[in-house]
Amino acid sequence: MTSKNFARRLRLISTFKIAGRALRRNKLRSALTALGIIIGVGAVIAMVSIGNGAKAQVEAQIAGLGENVILIFSGSTTASGIRTGWGGAGTLKIEDAEAIRREVPQVTLVSEEVVSNAQVMAGNQNWFTRIYGESADYFDLRQWPLADGAPFTNQDVRSANKVCVIGRTTATQIFGSEDVIGQVLRVKNVPFQITGVLTPKGLSSQGTDQDDIVIMPYTSAMKRVLGGGTTLRNINAQVASPRDLQPVQQQIIALLRQRHNIREGRDDDFTVRTQEEIAAAATATTETMTALLAGVAVISLVVGGIGIMNIMLVSVTERTREIGTRMAVGAHGRDILTQFLIEAMTLSVVGGIIGIITGIVASKIIALLKNWSSLISPTSIILAFVVSAGVGIFFGFYPARKAAQLDPIDALRYE
Amino acid sequence: MNNSSGAAVRLDDVRKTYKTGEVEVQAVRGVSIEIGRGEFVALMGSSGSGKSTLMNIIGCLDRPTAGRYFLDGEDVSSLSRDDLADVRNRKLGFVFQNFNLLARTSALENVELPLLYSNVALTSVQLREKAEEVLAAVGLEGRGDHTPSQLSGGQQQRVAIARALINDPEVLLADEPTGNLDSRTSVEVMGIFQGLNDKGITIIMVTHEADIASYARRNIVMKDGVVRNDMTVQSRLNAVTELERITAGEPLEAAV
Repeated sequence: MTSKNFARRLRLISTFKIAGRALRRNKLRSALTALGIIIGVGAVIAMVSIGNGAKAQVEAQIAGLGENVILIFSGSTTASGIRTGWGGAGTLKIEDAEAIRREVPQVTLVSEEVVSNAQVMAGNQNWFTRIYGESADYFDLRQWPLADGAPFTNQDVRSANKVCVIGRTTATQIFGSEDVIGQVLRVKNVPFQITGVLTPKGLSSQGTDQDDIVIMPYTSAMKRVLGGGTTLRNINAQVASPRDLQPVQQQIIALLRQRHNIREGRDDDFTVRTQEEIAAAATATTETMTALLAGVAVISLVVGGIGIMNIMLVSVTERTREIGTRMAVGAHGRDILTQFLIEAMTLSVVGGIIGIITGIVASKIIALLKNWSSLISPTSIILAFVVSAGVGIFFGFYPARKAAQLDPIDALRYE
Repeated sequence: MNNSSGAAVRLDDVRKTYKTGEVEVQAVRGVSIEIGRGEFVALMGSSGSGKSTLMNIIGCLDRPTAGRYFLDGEDVSSLSRDDLADVRNRKLGFVFQNFNLLARTSALENVELPLLYSNVALTSVQLREKAEEVLAAVGLEGRGDHTPSQLSGGQQQRVAIARALINDPEVLLADEPTGNLDSRTSVEVMGIFQGLNDKGITIIMVTHEADIASYARRNIVMKDGVVRNDMTVQSRLNAVTELERITAGEPLEAAV
């Protein structure tokens, strides 16, 4: 038994040698066949990397909102329509935010938010920018530290003081390289004193410059910039632990329904979303894109596999006499089968390895040229490798079996 | 085993019938012959005489429909496909009309081929040494790295003979070995065969050329699936003297 196993192993080693020799005899053909797999695997790796990169970028943006954040918008929207409902109906009051602060103990930070656009001026410079009104909690909640100076305080919010914090872009546009702390910025002709400059955040996933901003107490914004409204666009709240997100979301909904006197069975006039839900909605799009790209790439991998089958079939026909000769000198059908399978698998595995390298390089180049991010996942590499080997076996089997079943007498006479 | 009686090949009323649709063709209709060790037999006959079918059976490429075939004392009439392949690998060497060498493959690698399918463990170095040895035995020292396209027809057939010899076969089978060669090269190949036969190797050769058959010791003529004539060659040709005669009759520069 052991000697039989030994003989079998010996034969397998020989068959590897034979297959290697056969591939080397047809270098150009081998290379062209492998090319189909190289392109297929390369495309899969590159597409998945770019898709993953886009997804990671979006996730990073969502994470930039802060940790364990719950967003409350005025106006009700459908689950998928988060963006359209932002601050639409003006149903959130300052008192609602205070009620959340007071009655939901798990909420650690709350920031009332109003948003406007305005021309801001200082000296002879002016600049059109976004004005955000927030509470003093905002900088902790968004995890957005200051690069220079200090944020405004709870006292500033209570007194609606004319102070503000500005983003790097706004600072540069108005003041150039000057030190801006303590300078006066005129917003709608109201002078605000600048207390700090935010650390730069760069572009958002939508491509807006997050550093092009002026942040001031929401009370000041409502009173001096918006001209006396009482409704908030939204409320940002933070809870201590991710476990609290869901229960707190429900608590806030219950609280606001009660405060807004919404009867049983009627729709909310506000929307409460956890960060997770926003992230899920945002990543769904990129995931669809990734799946689409990967699908196209997988098709090219299958085409590569069919290429292998095609070449192997041609090869079996062309090498019929060779197969006959091998059988005449003692090759079993199994030896021929193994040889052709090894040939097909070698082509696809070598093609797969080169394809993985090509895909990584291609995704890096595309990322560099297009300024996209790419993220190479080990899973996609392992998967591509396994799939390419599988393609070799799957598409190599039929030609190999055809070769193994040849009759040596007919094969020897084949012209 | 008592059937062996020292014969290399023994056929007992061997028959082969092919079915082509409704029609049955009896290619071999009862052949009983015995070929002893060290014989050099030419198997002759016109096309359709059944000699190729008989050769395929002797070569273990095909099984007889009826009758028994003992090769080296072993009954191989009803072995499986794989067992027949092993028998071919261990006991037979094949030389074909069209050489059947692997293209773009060196002479050495062509010669090594049967050993790759044997169950004997040999290192690459041992393989190479053995192949070089048999190549030298057929007069092709130093040509081991040539591919078939770099060799003449006669040299290609020598490579094929070396390939047939590498596993020390019981019987060397040659199917029209001179069919694709000019007359001078044919005589050279016969010279190799006679040399090998003198060293004790059993040779069975299919040919339809009477002059080629007269280099053998025994001629078996087939017709309509039966042995019509089985005789010892009376005026046997000697390849060495024939070659000298041919060379003498040619201008010097052609006689390389």
